[in-house]
Amino acid sequence: MEKSEIIVVSKNRAEKGSYVKPILQGLGYTLSNFFKKPVTVQYPDEETKRSQRWRGLHKLNLDEKGELKCVACGLCAAICPSQAISLVPYEEEGQTRYPKKFVVDELRCIFCGFCQEACPKGAISLTQIYDYVDYCRKDFEFDIEKLKTTGRM
Amino acid sequence: MGDLFIIPVIKLLVIFGVCLGFITYTTWLERKALGHFQLRYGPMRVGFHGLLQPIADGVKNIFKEEVVPENADKAVFILAPIISISMAVILLAVIPFGDPITIFGKKITLYIANPSIGILFILAFASIGSYGTILGGWSSGNKYGYMGGLRASAMILSYELSMAFAVISIIMVSGSFSLVDMVAAQHSVWNIVREPVAFVVFFISGIAELNRIPFDMPEAESELCCGYNIEYSSMKFALFFLAEYTHMFVFASLVTTLFLGGWHGPLLPGVVWFFLKTFLIIFLCIWIRATIPRLRYDKIMKLEWKFLLPVAIANVIVTGLVMAIFV
Repeated sequence: MEKSEIIVVSKNRAEKGSYVKPILQGLGYTLSNFFKKPVTVQYPDEETKRSQRWRGLHKLNLDEKGELKCVACGLCAAICPSQAISLVPYEEEGQTRYPKKFVVDELRCIFCGFCQEACPKGAISLTQIYDYVDYCRKDFEFDIEKLKTTGRM
Repeated sequence: MGDLFIIPVIKLLVIFGVCLGFITYTTWLERKALGHFQLRYGPMRVGFHGLLQPIADGVKNIFKEEVVPENADKAVFILAPIISISMAVILLAVIPFGDPITIFGKKITLYIANPSIGILFILAFASIGSYGTILGGWSSGNKYGYMGGLRASAMILSYELSMAFAVISIIMVSGSFSLVDMVAAQHSVWNIVREPVAFVVFFISGIAELNRIPFDMPEAESELCCGYNIEYSSMKFALFFLAEYTHMFVFASLVTTLFLGGWHGPLLPGVVWFFLKTFLIIFLCIWIRATIPRLRYDKIMKLEWKFLLPVAIANVIVTGLVMAIFV
């Protein structure tokens, strides 16, 4: 069995009143902790390492010309289990479809990553950003402009 | 004129300024050291490694709203922190910080006053200071505060005894009530060597007098929410807090003066030695706080009446016998 770090004070000993040795042991233990490096992560300055597969905020990817890759097929909206995605397609004659409106409600989203998997064009993907705050619920409904710039700030 | 008035005033300002600065930074040290004992950092945000934290705390406390509870005894409620802090700060007056120094051809002693009953002065005013705690708890009109005050009075009543007996043996060894003479008597051998038992008794009962963990009965968080200062807010709370830390500083400097040879030490000047030893004792207090959990109330009383007091009295008798036979 692995040696336990807990200092055991037997009941018998405590009754006899010989708690000098355990106290000295405890003092030694705390002093050894004093010279160890703290385990705290200084959050805003440093962050813990996230998994490669961490799923955070959405991002709409752009092609080489800087246009949205999205063709507004609606697969992501269809597969989304929490119905967080709503989009309105728009098509001009002889040109590719693109979304006129594309809103992801980040408060509804459960970050399952299905939209990313369903997308045939690789247009939507999840970033690693998890620490996002805002003042009202409305601000969490990310529109195209916001989704374009996620993680590119 | 200069000798009578200007030098004492300058001395007052310097000593109180330095000591209160030291005390304020004790709060920082405590938070920082406690953090490191528990593998945390402690304050890190305000200034380099939180060095400006005490100032930030002070500013925050001044601007907090002051609440006086409806069923509090208002006069006593306001008086209690004043008693606490003033009786604590008065103690700084008789502590000898170092050898007399000579500036501009004038010999300046590094204490404000040297009454011939210095140690009695400290014991007496420390006890009056505990009135602040008791009255504060009683006047809040809060049962937790009341319980805290009761416990404070019980603790101070009992632990004052063993503390005084430990001090008596030191008085016997050094043959004087004056703190300056006590330090002078330790020129060759420190009292901790002559009186190790008294040191242990004095240290334990001192921590109990300070109401610090493991004897923090008057402010036992888990039982009494916060204890005697539960209804206090804003600067009144800060005064209690400051008084506690002033008592801690005075206790540490008393241990230094009585047992660790005061300002005596090789190489470095006396004042540096004094503050170094005081710092070490304060660190020891924090270290103990980080290690030992709070004792149960009846065990605290048992420790005092069944162990510390008999040991202290026996120590006085043995000291007297040894002095009668060998000296």
